[in-house]
Amino acid sequence: MILDYETLKFVWWILVGVLLIGFAVTDGMDMGVGTLLPFLGKTDLERRVIINTVGPHWDGNQVWLITAGGAIFAAWPLVYASAFSGFYFAMLLALFALFFRPVGFDYRSKIENPTWRSAWDWGLFVGGAVPALVFGIAFGNLIQGVPFHLDEFLRPWYTGSFFGLLNPFALLAGVISLGMLTMHGAIWLQLRTEEPIVGRAKVWAKRTGVLTIAAFALAGVWLSLGIDGFRVVSMPELGATPNPLTKEVVQESGAWLANYKQYPWTLVFPLLGFAGLGGAVLLSMKDRPGLGLAVSSLGLTGVIMTAGATMFPFIMPSSTNPNSSLIAWDAVSSHLTLTVMFWAAMIFVPLILMYTTWTYTKMWRRVTVAEIKAQDHLAY
Amino acid sequence: MLDSTMIELSRWQFAATAMYHFLFVPLTLGLAWILVIMETVYVMTGREIYRDMTKFWGKLFGINFALGVTTGLTMEFQFGTNWAYYSHYVGDVFGAPLAIEGLMAFFLESTFIGLFFLGWERLTKLQHLTVTFLTALASNLSALWILIANGWMQNPVGSQFSFETMRMEMTSFTELLLNPVAQVKFVHTVAAGYVTASMFVLGISAWYMLKGRDLAFAKRSFSVAVGFGLASILSVLLLGDESGYEVGDVQRVKLAAIEAEWETEPAPAAFTAYGFPSNADEETHDAIKIPFLLGLIATRSLDTQVVGLKDLMREHEVRIRSGMIAYDYLQRLRNGEDTPGNRASFEDHKADLGYGLLLKRYTENPATATEEQIKQAAKDSIPEVAPVFWAFRVMVGAGVWMLLLIVLGFYFNARRVIQDRRFLLWLFVFSIPVPWLAAETGWFVAEFGRQPWAIGEVLPTGIAASSLTATDLRISLTGFIVFYSILFLIEMFLMFKFGRMGPSSLHTGKYHHECRQESPAAHGGGATPATAPHDQAP
Repeated sequence: MILDYETLKFVWWILVGVLLIGFAVTDGMDMGVGTLLPFLGKTDLERRVIINTVGPHWDGNQVWLITAGGAIFAAWPLVYASAFSGFYFAMLLALFALFFRPVGFDYRSKIENPTWRSAWDWGLFVGGAVPALVFGIAFGNLIQGVPFHLDEFLRPWYTGSFFGLLNPFALLAGVISLGMLTMHGAIWLQLRTEEPIVGRAKVWAKRTGVLTIAAFALAGVWLSLGIDGFRVVSMPELGATPNPLTKEVVQESGAWLANYKQYPWTLVFPLLGFAGLGGAVLLSMKDRPGLGLAVSSLGLTGVIMTAGATMFPFIMPSSTNPNSSLIAWDAVSSHLTLTVMFWAAMIFVPLILMYTTWTYTKMWRRVTVAEIKAQDHLAY
Repeated sequence: MLDSTMIELSRWQFAATAMYHFLFVPLTLGLAWILVIMETVYVMTGREIYRDMTKFWGKLFGINFALGVTTGLTMEFQFGTNWAYYSHYVGDVFGAPLAIEGLMAFFLESTFIGLFFLGWERLTKLQHLTVTFLTALASNLSALWILIANGWMQNPVGSQFSFETMRMEMTSFTELLLNPVAQVKFVHTVAAGYVTASMFVLGISAWYMLKGRDLAFAKRSFSVAVGFGLASILSVLLLGDESGYEVGDVQRVKLAAIEAEWETEPAPAAFTAYGFPSNADEETHDAIKIPFLLGLIATRSLDTQVVGLKDLMREHEVRIRSGMIAYDYLQRLRNGEDTPGNRASFEDHKADLGYGLLLKRYTENPATATEEQIKQAAKDSIPEVAPVFWAFRVMVGAGVWMLLLIVLGFYFNARRVIQDRRFLLWLFVFSIPVPWLAAETGWFVAEFGRQPWAIGEVLPTGIAASSLTATDLRISLTGFIVFYSILFLIEMFLMFKFGRMGPSSLHTGKYHHECRQESPAAHGGGATPATAPHDQAP
């Protein structure tokens, strides 16, 4: 074990962040494309063009989501347990919406019936928009604290309701999530399709980009003025055997700004969020979607890291029993498991990036109506 | 205490969604390799019919794969949503193979599957073959990691309970990997997947031959599948996973339940071919026994004993009593009485803590359970025997039936007269569902036979569930039933449609349904001379 426990706990906080960013940049883009599908594609052929830009990649991209889930299970078992069971119906809603994607992509163009195809198009819309919204809402609730507690045997008990999750701030977080992924998807379509889809994609990139920036700014103001954060008053040393019941936590106003005050450099994350989203909109308007997509990816990174940096070390604070809050130092797996998982990530993440890049390179082109016509029975 | 209806419904939901998921997995595992074989022949010989075979079976592969991915998502979510205490209690060990599966295998499979379908025009022949190969390899690696996780549930090696973190923690990753139960399960499961895919290709190819359609295509597909199938079915039957039944208490109980062996018999034990096992009476009514056979099958030896269920329950009762003591000390330790004495006493009984937790079903505090509750828990320490007993027999029967079919198919195919053996071909068509029956009953034996444990001897199923209500479960279970039923109908519709259409669905202009427009005589889809020239074409 080269890395000590304390370091590994922090490294895993970073790695989960990397997986979530990987998810947003790749699969989030596909969800944006799904969300835009019914609006950007006016004819069946146009819709097939849109679908085929992500056709070869969506499945690999989705594994970022699956691996993020698996990594949370392995590295933060109590978070996986408490969040998934607490947000029971929200999670099932996201899951049922995700059902539409694998079958939607593969089955849609296998039958030449307009009703069939239109039904799957709306399925792909649901499969893109609903999870994007739900994941944002989940983050919005984490930031406000979740009504749950742990009993003496560390069994999580959730005492809120499904509709309690749909509070105004959480919905605003949902708008940010859905908005940024849709913008990201729009810029991708601008890069990989032909007119008239490109023109429509530009319009939507601007709309959703501006909406996201406004919502992100509003959330920032709301967070600093109206939302009580959480603060660890006392806890065992960082490298201690994890036990979430041995610390004292208080909820108080201004606590979510503490990290930015103590480490002003962390302000780079919200700034990156604004600059990335704004830059992406400008580059899209100036017909530079390639660079726009890269800058947009930085914007998504900034937004996600802002949520992380605001809450650190909290992952899932408890609003009803703050001492039960799950934090990066005490909701983690054992030293050995974190070590094994660390090496697995170090070996495989670079490999994944390499072969994923290869597949994108091989399939890189503008997808056209002419191509779809020529490959009617091969394409999605 | 958790609501017992909620636990019951959680089990139903998990069982239903897991078994549904496994309708799609075995075909993926095997068909991927069949595609590799077909495409390799194409790349080596350059004969286009093998490319068409790869593309057509690949289409059916895709229809199946989409639902495999869909239903796999549920499995990933469900440990957290419905088995939260399980996730907390064993996530340190169980989560690792799942996460590594994602990083090592599922990424690889999913990244290349898209190029398999959509990359024909953009990759060289060799690149495409590599893509197909990596997809097949990765799907099988996925199975390896999932079965390492599952093997640990049956035989939890390489881990220890820690009272400070109140969970199981990994002590040796190597032991987890090299778990003997996981290894035999992996071989048995993937080989069963290869058989499933072979029976699928054989059945559909047989139907084309019976209809006299696309004969060249059908015969070549049949040849590939029958060779692959023969090797696979022999592996499944000869390397069955009985060898894994010697390790760990759960596996010993399962073996005794499979054979409905209530009393320990002198080795080698008799095999119960037929009978009605009853947990209430602790005996098997109307049993027909074959001397010596069980000892030979189960232990592969003449002098190793198979322990009977009654003796196992007696052993469990002793361990339940020890587990009560463990629970008592655990409570003290958790309440801050962390003295060296308490630690030492807890360590002495720690191995039996899981048995103590079996009492949670009857009392909030197992440390103070009554005699009656202990007796009851001991009786419940084995699964319901009859379903395990019968499911196992269905599985073995299905396996033997497939062995017979495949051997005959192989023989007549080698003599090049398979298309004349019409009765045999019809048997192949109607036997398409048989491998699924075997796979589902096999998993039923493995997982229902593991009860009452979620993790063998460590965590009873009853306390592994989330803190939800029965109403929550009624709603979610209804949702799954509705979605999965609709998806199943759609999938079957597409499978039948493309299966019936055959290689004509590739629109190359070379196959049956495309040719018949040119010859009115061929209308009606039967075997007519008009189609014959095209069948010989490539």
